[in-house]
Amino acid sequence: MTAVASFDVERIRADFPILHTMARGHPLVYLDSAATSQKPQVVIDALVDYYTTSNANVHRSVHYLAERATTAYEEARARVGRFVNAPSPESVVWVRGTTEAINLIATSWGRRNLSEGDTVLLTEMEHHSNLVPWQMLAKPRDHGGIGIRLDFVPVTEDGQLDMDAAREKLATGPRLFGFMAKSNVLGTENPVAELCALARANGVVTLVDGAQSVPHGTVDFQALGCDFLAFSAHKALGPMGIGALIVNPCRYPEMSPYQGGGEMIMRVKLATSTYKAPPICFEAGTPSAGDAIAFHTALDYLENLDLSAVHAHETRLTRLALDLLAEKGIKTFGPDDAALRAGIVSFDVPGVHPHDVSTLLDGRGIAVRAGHHCCQPLMRKLGVVATSRASFYLYNTEDEVRQFADGLDHVREYFKR
Amino acid sequence: MSTLNPTGAPEPSFDDLYREVILEHYHEPRGKEPLVRVDVEAEGMNPLCGDELDLMIQIGADGGIEGLHVDGRGCAISVASGSILHDLVDGVSRAEARAVIAAVKAVMHGGEMPTDIELGDFDSLEGVKLFPVRIKCALLPWTTLETALCDMDKMVAERGGEGETT
Repeated sequence: MTAVASFDVERIRADFPILHTMARGHPLVYLDSAATSQKPQVVIDALVDYYTTSNANVHRSVHYLAERATTAYEEARARVGRFVNAPSPESVVWVRGTTEAINLIATSWGRRNLSEGDTVLLTEMEHHSNLVPWQMLAKPRDHGGIGIRLDFVPVTEDGQLDMDAAREKLATGPRLFGFMAKSNVLGTENPVAELCALARANGVVTLVDGAQSVPHGTVDFQALGCDFLAFSAHKALGPMGIGALIVNPCRYPEMSPYQGGGEMIMRVKLATSTYKAPPICFEAGTPSAGDAIAFHTALDYLENLDLSAVHAHETRLTRLALDLLAEKGIKTFGPDDAALRAGIVSFDVPGVHPHDVSTLLDGRGIAVRAGHHCCQPLMRKLGVVATSRASFYLYNTEDEVRQFADGLDHVREYFKR
Repeated sequence: MSTLNPTGAPEPSFDDLYREVILEHYHEPRGKEPLVRVDVEAEGMNPLCGDELDLMIQIGADGGIEGLHVDGRGCAISVASGSILHDLVDGVSRAEARAVIAAVKAVMHGGEMPTDIELGDFDSLEGVKLFPVRIKCALLPWTTLETALCDMDKMVAERGGEGETT
């Protein structure tokens, strides 16, 4: 209870102007933060401030504004690195988001280090962003791939990774193991440190998709000992269009730039060029500097809160939702134990398609996600075409969870035959 | 205080979307009976929400839709729309089916209900156009039928174009 007492959700809500929206005539209940988080006023101000006082192209001109912008941009890089305990600012590569980060690894590291027949190990719960880039490499050479093999760690009945299978498969010599730290459908928090240690013991390169875990401040890159960590700003109170790939610097010599152009070069002749050192050589073109700088502000905001209290708050909301849905006999997916999951509850209202659930809740101003959540293979594994998903973040309240659960009574009543 | 609704237009009612007739079609969709012979199959999918629909058609000697099987797995709107589609085009010629598709699309894209063509229970889906993200659900069976009609054209042409009714 102490963590709860020190966590003032109403004070936090006051910082998020959009949470005071009226949606369909009702106060907005935003339960879709796993898709994208809302932004506090300070982040919105940081964007406006950048374009009002500091806008210039970074790492190019030497005038006053360019210096201001470049300094703030590089400070943001260092800030992001500190947030996940990266070894250095240089291990932080700016990307558009998690998807671009994984595509960068598949191309810059994968195409150079993988050969036909090599295995990349993934899991059955992966987001499309950690499936499709590898499927592209699995295609034959005449279809743009390199003919790698893909293998998958299965998901158990209650929505966890099958650790025995993971152990076995890691021992068979895959070249890379890519997996999500936390499932965007099930909320399952995977044992990332254990999986990274297992992979390391087998000499397997690791890629952690941190899209759902980094926003909750629970990822320590160096403690995990992984090789690559990918995440987006927009799920962590920051703007859309910016994210980071953290690279174990030992991997840099194994990677080649995959996009060429401005900023990433040292010397360009007509037929050849030399590149800057990492991370800049992976950042061709004008970057999203304003977004990077506002991401800095978002991480400051997050870290000013007690992150363990935030986590406890989210777990409490998850527990409440699981209990209320169980009382109503509504099927939920993923582990029953709220300690094994956080912030996400996927569910199925019998006889009502998730899209209809979502629309009827929307009629009460309650925003949930319906669909396959970019996880079609996992949907097939769960035996459904789609689920409804409620996700909670630091600004959600117990009252909102109750409104959501009451809304489901309304949905069932509506569809009663 | 919503700034996204500057016109102050009233929010559409959800009873416009889920009319009684729609829920009836959803709970007991038509067209589930198996066909004697399947000549053409088409699969429709709406990746946004996971709606899926299989259409199977038995082509008559006149080249028209002699038998139609509709199997929709999705939201109430898409399943009901598939059921209504069965009501409207089972047993009609390809040209008549195309006319119905055109009329249905025109309604979903903002037009009035037509007076020159009978759309049966489809009028109960008119409220869907107040919910732009759901229009795709209502149209899925119809765009799938369009694909099937093209395959029917080919098949009829291969047969030697007997009973041209396109």
